Amino acid sequence: MTSLIGHTSILLALLLALLGVIIPIIGSRSDDDRYFAFTRLAILGQFVLVTLAASALIYGLVTTDFSIKYVAFNTTRATPVYYRITGLWGALEGSLLLWEWLLIIFSWIVAWIYRDRHRELMPWVLMIFSIVSAFFLGVVSFVSNPFETIFPVPVDGRGLNPLLEDANMMTHPPLLYTGFVGLTVPYAFAMAALIKGKLDEAWIVTTRRWTITAWFFLTMGNLVGAWWSYHVLGWGGYWAWDPVENAAFMPWLPATAFLHSVQVQERRRMLKVWNLSLIIIAFSLTIFGTFLTRSGILSSIHAFSSGPVGGVFLAFLSLVLLCSFGLLAYRSDQLKGQPELDSMVSRESAFLLNNIVLVSALFTIFLGTIFPLLSEAVAGVQVSVGAPYFNSVTVPLFLLLVFLMGVGPIIAWRKASWDNFKRNFLWPAAGSLVISGILFGWKVRDFLPLLGFTLLSFVVLTIIYDTTLALRARRRIAGEGILGGLITLARRNQRRYGGLVVHLGVVLIIMGIAGSMSYSLEREATLGLKERLAIGHYLVQFEGLKGAQQPTHFRVEGAFRVFNGGDEVGVLSPALKFFPTQQSPVGRAVHRSTISDDLYLILSGFSDLDKNQATLKVLVRPLVIWIWIGGFVIILGTLISISPLGKISPQET
Amino acid sequence: MAWRRLILTILIIAPFLWLLAYGFTRDSRYIKSPLLAKPASPFAVTLFDGRKITLNDLRGKAVFLNFWASWCPPCRAEARDLEVGWQKVKDKNMIFLGVALQDTEKDSRAFLEEFGITYPNGTDASGKMAVDFGVWGIPESFFIDPQGRITYKHVGGIKAQVAAAKLEEALKGIVSAQEGKGDYQSIH
Repeated sequence: MTSLIGHTSILLALLLALLGVIIPIIGSRSDDDRYFAFTRLAILGQFVLVTLAASALIYGLVTTDFSIKYVAFNTTRATPVYYRITGLWGALEGSLLLWEWLLIIFSWIVAWIYRDRHRELMPWVLMIFSIVSAFFLGVVSFVSNPFETIFPVPVDGRGLNPLLEDANMMTHPPLLYTGFVGLTVPYAFAMAALIKGKLDEAWIVTTRRWTITAWFFLTMGNLVGAWWSYHVLGWGGYWAWDPVENAAFMPWLPATAFLHSVQVQERRRMLKVWNLSLIIIAFSLTIFGTFLTRSGILSSIHAFSSGPVGGVFLAFLSLVLLCSFGLLAYRSDQLKGQPELDSMVSRESAFLLNNIVLVSALFTIFLGTIFPLLSEAVAGVQVSVGAPYFNSVTVPLFLLLVFLMGVGPIIAWRKASWDNFKRNFLWPAAGSLVISGILFGWKVRDFLPLLGFTLLSFVVLTIIYDTTLALRARRRIAGEGILGGLITLARRNQRRYGGLVVHLGVVLIIMGIAGSMSYSLEREATLGLKERLAIGHYLVQFEGLKGAQQPTHFRVEGAFRVFNGGDEVGVLSPALKFFPTQQSPVGRAVHRSTISDDLYLILSGFSDLDKNQATLKVLVRPLVIWIWIGGFVIILGTLISISPLGKISPQET
Repeated sequence: MAWRRLILTILIIAPFLWLLAYGFTRDSRYIKSPLLAKPASPFAVTLFDGRKITLNDLRGKAVFLNFWASWCPPCRAEARDLEVGWQKVKDKNMIFLGVALQDTEKDSRAFLEEFGITYPNGTDASGKMAVDFGVWGIPESFFIDPQGRITYKHVGGIKAQVAAAKLEEALKGIVSAQEGKGDYQSIH
């Protein structure tokens, strides 16, 4: 019954989506408002039906209705309710339904918010939503149906992969999907503008908050993914440049570029074709990412089930790319006549450079990701591209980006005079040189990390310096103190100060990455009882093994007493878990975080339990915790820039 | 002008789409086994009946070496077929050898009993043998010629006819050009 309700809702929603595509086209020749009303109704109808379908699947999962194949494969009777719900996105079929659900929620919100505005664009915006929605509905109806039934009904289900039974499962996939889906909003407006030939800045201004929101979710989705990798997977890293990770990261790059370049278009009416291209690319990459993960065309450590769904996604990707860029080419005559850059030393040019760097990073990561395919197609040679390639090509680009992050927000629009330049950058530049000298004294002597930390401090100093000047002005004008001044500034110019706070968050993340990339220590040793291993300022002493049968697996745990600079700081117990159905044991690494470094222990092997010998891998990873702190700072910055608390500028409505 | 740009756009996008479509024609997980035509690495397996078999004992015979586990569905699917195959060749100069991986002895024995398997079977408790043979998943099968050279590798479930044909080739010392793959489909 549940599956019948779910599947019927999906089919009806698909019907509505198709109508939602056709009706705006028919209605475009008429002034009759009823066409538009029906287009909106089609979105509302899809929203209701898909919500019903998703609720049906969740209901099936929670009540362990094993007559639904998806439920049987992703839960067991023993699965806690919490993981039954997250089972919605535990496998392909459900996650596609979740994607569609989020998409239609976004579409409905857009339809509702702009019900009286953008009368010309809206039918086309909603049509684009219906096209994307029809695609996903088609996939979940016919190719990868979460409501497929199974007979005979099994007594118990198979359950999730044990690694997915983690609290992060609640957050990582939905965050990432929300980011992907959020990019559909600016994309839909961009396409509507192209279809109608209304190529002014209206679509950009309207979608600003949507783009920031989508960007925020993408950032968080990637960060939480990294966090999960670091805390749960137990290999001591947070990023491996695996194709699937790249697939999630790639849309972030054009989305970030877009966030900056639209400001140039708003201010100076430049870069129209560029902005449209960026949003098309960002949206296409969200589809490409799913194609990559689900088609199995590249080998990845993330073993996802594949099937016919890859081909369907490729077909849709082709449609999106050809139609969007085709339309852009068709309209390109109307997109001309942009003023030239006034000066190379201006905010426009800094933003343009930022865009070039971000797109270059996208290109190099994209190339590295599909290179195994390319090399086999062209030269017939099997290769694999790994972290060394990605690190060596992206690190210089990201360093340049950090520098631009310091310059861009502060430098004047149009043309920065020498005085302006000196006033804004002299002190921050001098300060960062002093810091670099101090770091050099602290034995940070390698070129790239030293340059990296210098640039990071430069960014922080420009932000502090600029804000200090503004605060001083507030004190002069209104007699406000530091806190009052900060609040006024943030409210008067949410975007600017929100953006600066986000930049601070990014600085912290890059600091964490730079520290852990450059100064990690790693040692592996087999220790007998009470034997010690020294690494950096830590000393690890082996205290013995113990084994215990758990409900689902056998767990072997090693106890290690940790000393930091001679002081005992506690006992850490990494473990190995042996699941009867898994070929290799699942590691449970443990770590101890401080603001300066993480001590990370991985039990990689042991002798017979009674002999008490353990092979231990120990890592010291400096500054990692700042990556996660940076994430929180980004949350704060995003809230400042999009919260409705501030003064909403009139052109935004 | 617009049309020219349109065509240019398509010309830029099309090769990229073609490349992605090309991806479907290949298996990204497939790596040619470097073991084919190389001498098999020496092993000593303790059988469930207590005897010990080493690679040297098997010199002069064509060997079908099968890695399995009681919990692995494709292993169950191929088990009966393999026993039938064994009955056909057991009087020839050929031998079947099963090696249980990552399994408890109790489960392994129950598995052998359930399928009435009579050819020699043992266990690779340390996992060393699986590492030497580069076993990635279960089941995997290797064919070894009378000189101790690996002639063929099969990943996944194997059919008795294929096993018989490959054993005949191994006996003659014919090395296959590449490894094969099973056509096992999960029966849910």
